[in-house]
Amino acid sequence: MSQFFELLISGLSLGCIYALIAMGFVVVFKATNVVNFAHASILMLGAYLVARLHEQLGFFGALGVAILACALSAALIDLVLVRALRRQGGDQDTLAILTIGINVLLGTELSRRVGTDLLPTGAPWGSEVTHVLGVTVPQTRIAAAVIAIALMVVFWLAFTRSGWGVAMRSAASDPEAAALMGIPLGRVAYGAWAIAGALAAIGGAFFTSFPAAGVNNATGLLALTAIPAAVLGGLDSTGGAVVGGLTIGVATTMAAGYQDQIAFLGRGLSEVVPYIALLLVLLWRPSGIFGSREVSRV
Amino acid sequence: MSDRRRLVLRLLLLGLVAVLLWVPLYFEAFWLQTGLFAMSAAIGAIGLQLLVGVTGQLSLAHAFFLAVGAYGYCFLAGGDQSAALQAPSGLGLPTWLAMIGAVVFAGLLGALLSPIAGRLRGIYLGLASIGLVFIGQHILFNAKGVTGGFNGRDAEPFSLFGFSFSNSHPDNLVILGVPYGGLERLWYLGLLLVGVSWWYAHNITRARPGRALLTIRDSPIAAAVMGVNVPVYRAAAFTVSAMYAGLAGVLLALAFGRIVPDSFGFLLSIDFLVMIVVGGLGSIGGALAGALLVSALPQIFDHYSGSLPLLGDPGGGGLQPAEAARFLYGAAVVAVLIFAPDGLSGLGRRLAGRRRAASPLLRTDSSKESTA
Repeated sequence: MSQFFELLISGLSLGCIYALIAMGFVVVFKATNVVNFAHASILMLGAYLVARLHEQLGFFGALGVAILACALSAALIDLVLVRALRRQGGDQDTLAILTIGINVLLGTELSRRVGTDLLPTGAPWGSEVTHVLGVTVPQTRIAAAVIAIALMVVFWLAFTRSGWGVAMRSAASDPEAAALMGIPLGRVAYGAWAIAGALAAIGGAFFTSFPAAGVNNATGLLALTAIPAAVLGGLDSTGGAVVGGLTIGVATTMAAGYQDQIAFLGRGLSEVVPYIALLLVLLWRPSGIFGSREVSRV
Repeated sequence: MSDRRRLVLRLLLLGLVAVLLWVPLYFEAFWLQTGLFAMSAAIGAIGLQLLVGVTGQLSLAHAFFLAVGAYGYCFLAGGDQSAALQAPSGLGLPTWLAMIGAVVFAGLLGALLSPIAGRLRGIYLGLASIGLVFIGQHILFNAKGVTGGFNGRDAEPFSLFGFSFSNSHPDNLVILGVPYGGLERLWYLGLLLVGVSWWYAHNITRARPGRALLTIRDSPIAAAVMGVNVPVYRAAAFTVSAMYAGLAGVLLALAFGRIVPDSFGFLLSIDFLVMIVVGGLGSIGGALAGALLVSALPQIFDHYSGSLPLLGDPGGGGLQPAEAARFLYGAAVVAVLIFAPDGLSGLGRRLAGRRRAASPLLRTDSSKESTA
């Protein structure tokens, strides 16, 4: 039973990281209707910058630089590439394929730079662990959970209370009406991309810190597991992203923890658990748990 | 005018076929191998084009169905008991039956999964299909008895009426002074399969089912109102596309001689998507062109890495050939989608001076273009 709680706590803390990444995904989708596959390589960019710069700037300095760089590059991707296609009336699938192309470009460059190395992120908590309620949890995970929860609260407040949140929600629900009300759709769009980039940087830094070994050239591919987290909860639901993230976090950790008991399902099951969960949930609810159903009007 | 143009096109096509038939007499093994990969890619790309470009269902599961075809063939045809004891099991069927069986099996799996595909709308299908690739690869790594696990398994050489598409049976086959080994013989098999695949897809798109699928892509509701059974057509497109992928997998297994799970990852699905986007969504000929470009480019870069500028030696510093190819086609996707949404096929059409057909998947409102 104690193993169960240990895995649950550790899974929830991993889930917080997933939730952060998934939230970025959802924010972009809500604001611009783009399923952003490039999110994976932006996350890798963040993790890579932290790993490269932490020796000169310290972990938090490097994280700050990574947040800025990721926010900037995400906003630029929207301004330079995605906006052009959106203006031409590209539909969801076409926009998604465009971000896949961008992901190929950025991901190839990053994995080329990383090469065969394994770069540690230099998080100040190292491999230390803390005992919470008689359960052992890595300190990086606690830090990640605290930061993630704090950010989620900030976001929830920003979404519901600030003018920016109102602008974004109205842009998402009815772009035409929002534009007529004087909401600058372009600014809302690249703002959302920048926020997603910043979230990806934070998520990436923690995603590759202990107990993960560091950044390697497969990080971009691993980061794709955040997509099930975002889709599971419903692509257009921020709350769903949190639920989806936690679900994926717990499910992967459980599958890794009980791998001896489920050995008959094959080794390395924890890596595919997010996708199994994704398929099961989509079978049950085709638009995710909290996603709004697509309504077709004639 | 159009009659003369059609005649010219026919002649060009005939010339192309003649050149392709002549290739094994002249080109070395490297080019034949590259060509076989391109043929396999072409068959797969045509299948994905039918699903994504024609029906408008985004799928990233193509690598999964390719794996089903490749492993299905090896399982049905393999299983030589005299080989090593650890060899993965198989049924030892005749290879031509195994090829058909593998394609049918891929189609069956596609049909089984198509209710799920039909249930999911739009982008959710694309996202769910990613899951299939990862789950499929997990099975390939773990079902060692059938797949051989990480090390993969050998593909039985294809043979028909005692004529083997390998280096033996008949041994030392020489045509016009050129020794015809496995690659030379497979070349013709590949050409035949590509030809049949193209012809079938061409007929689908030009006939009643193709019109139905195009209508579904442009507006499912309008299609339903016109009497098209949307779920059935969607399921059929999914199944046919899976069968194409299965056939591509079989040819890939034959060209490689040995298949490993690593070849059938998410990146392969992306490659196929890139092929049809670069070729031009909705166009069967475009899928062929895109497949040739995307599959041959890394091989050619690799082959000439010493003499091409900007490229480093394999394993050394500098830009690796595979990376250079990825950069190039990543950029191609972005550029095509933003600047030339109808891809290579649109380019060809414009060069041929024909009127531009409405570009698929993108611009649903053609009003902007017609006024310009």
